[in-house]
Amino acid sequence: MPKIKLPRKDTWIDMTPMSDVMILLLTFFMLTSTFLKPEPVKVNTPGSVSEIKIPEKNIFSVLISPDGKVFLDVDNPDDRIAILERVAAEYQINLTEKEKKDFSIATSFGTPIQQFKEFMAIPGEKQKVELANYGVPTDSTDNQFQAWVKAAREVKGKDMVIAIKADQGTPYKKIKAVMGSLQDLRENRYNLITSLREVSAPKPD
Amino acid sequence: MSAEIQQKDSGGKKKAGHMKKLSTRIDFTPMVDMIMLLLTFFMLATSMSKPQTMEIGMPTKDKVEDKDKNEAKASEAVTIYLSKDHKVYYFMGIPELDKPDFLKQTDFSPEGLRKILIQKNAAIVAKVNELKDKKLKLQVTQADYEKQLSTLKSSPGTPVVVIKPLDNSTYNDMISALDEMLICNVGKYAITELDANDKTLLKNSKVQYEEAPKN
Repeated sequence: MPKIKLPRKDTWIDMTPMSDVMILLLTFFMLTSTFLKPEPVKVNTPGSVSEIKIPEKNIFSVLISPDGKVFLDVDNPDDRIAILERVAAEYQINLTEKEKKDFSIATSFGTPIQQFKEFMAIPGEKQKVELANYGVPTDSTDNQFQAWVKAAREVKGKDMVIAIKADQGTPYKKIKAVMGSLQDLRENRYNLITSLREVSAPKPD
Repeated sequence: MSAEIQQKDSGGKKKAGHMKKLSTRIDFTPMVDMIMLLLTFFMLATSMSKPQTMEIGMPTKDKVEDKDKNEAKASEAVTIYLSKDHKVYYFMGIPELDKPDFLKQTDFSPEGLRKILIQKNAAIVAKVNELKDKKLKLQVTQADYEKQLSTLKSSPGTPVVVIKPLDNSTYNDMISALDEMLICNVGKYAITELDANDKTLLKNSKVQYEEAPKN
């Protein structure tokens, strides 16, 4: 029997369609997603059945760490500068242009305004680590949190949404301080950020 | 893998030197590799879904004129205290300050606070479930559904829940309590702070309401 000679096939695979699809996916992901913002402290938000999504723009976010430290974040860099200027003026602190610029591109902030200059002098990478040790004062004697909210409301107008994000284990006392400060300013509507709750599984703490 | 370079006979015009015409076929594999890497990075480093939120309106601290105050009827009022270790204390109607152990204890399990509130709110819960059913069958539009839901929730006779978190409770307790309001379709609720009456009440029922001193 004669052997059937199989023609040698080329193992070359054309990758072009694959790379086409990949680029499409990549573009999709790049355009639709927003980056996870690094936060000074890790918080574990409580679950809730509420399914309202948070608006994308004009957010004034308040982050409350498990030990009650308060950090703030504002989205628009120009607004950030304007807000900072107002607060600094109130506390009579002179800022350099560099400090303003650095502040506008940073993520969360939350130092007592008196220590602001000292904090901005810390080199970039260390700042992120150091920030967790600060926190905006919310006590009644020196309520800088209120100053920030007031400035933000003036800059961003009435469409600004205040979003509070706190850890499951944050004592209510600390939350009360923040909510009380907001109430003093007649900011009575705000959002509490939660994660979607798992189906009634008992959660041990 | 390396780029394949095929030798091809160009046929015809041949230059004097041995210039070989290279194939225009490019190996895309390294490119695909890289794009895969980028894709994975973007998928992991970005957030697709936005976090959920709860909208909440708080009462103002401004003094309310006595005539504007709308007192809740005793039959409708439920007051809950959120306490340490996720314990919940509650009473219905008017507080009886001097009665010891007046407060009843419950928790956030489905058998706890939820059961109590659903019992209290039975009529509305049934109606809301009916409405949700209708919506599933597409008999009502989204806008209509929301409108009807809010009228149902604020209709007269529904319970008015006052949530009073104690200083030793956590944020999670507050959210859980608000969540129960959503689950049980309670439309009228408020978070308020403790007043003197509450403190007497809690003391009589032997509930610790201040933050435990740190060791």
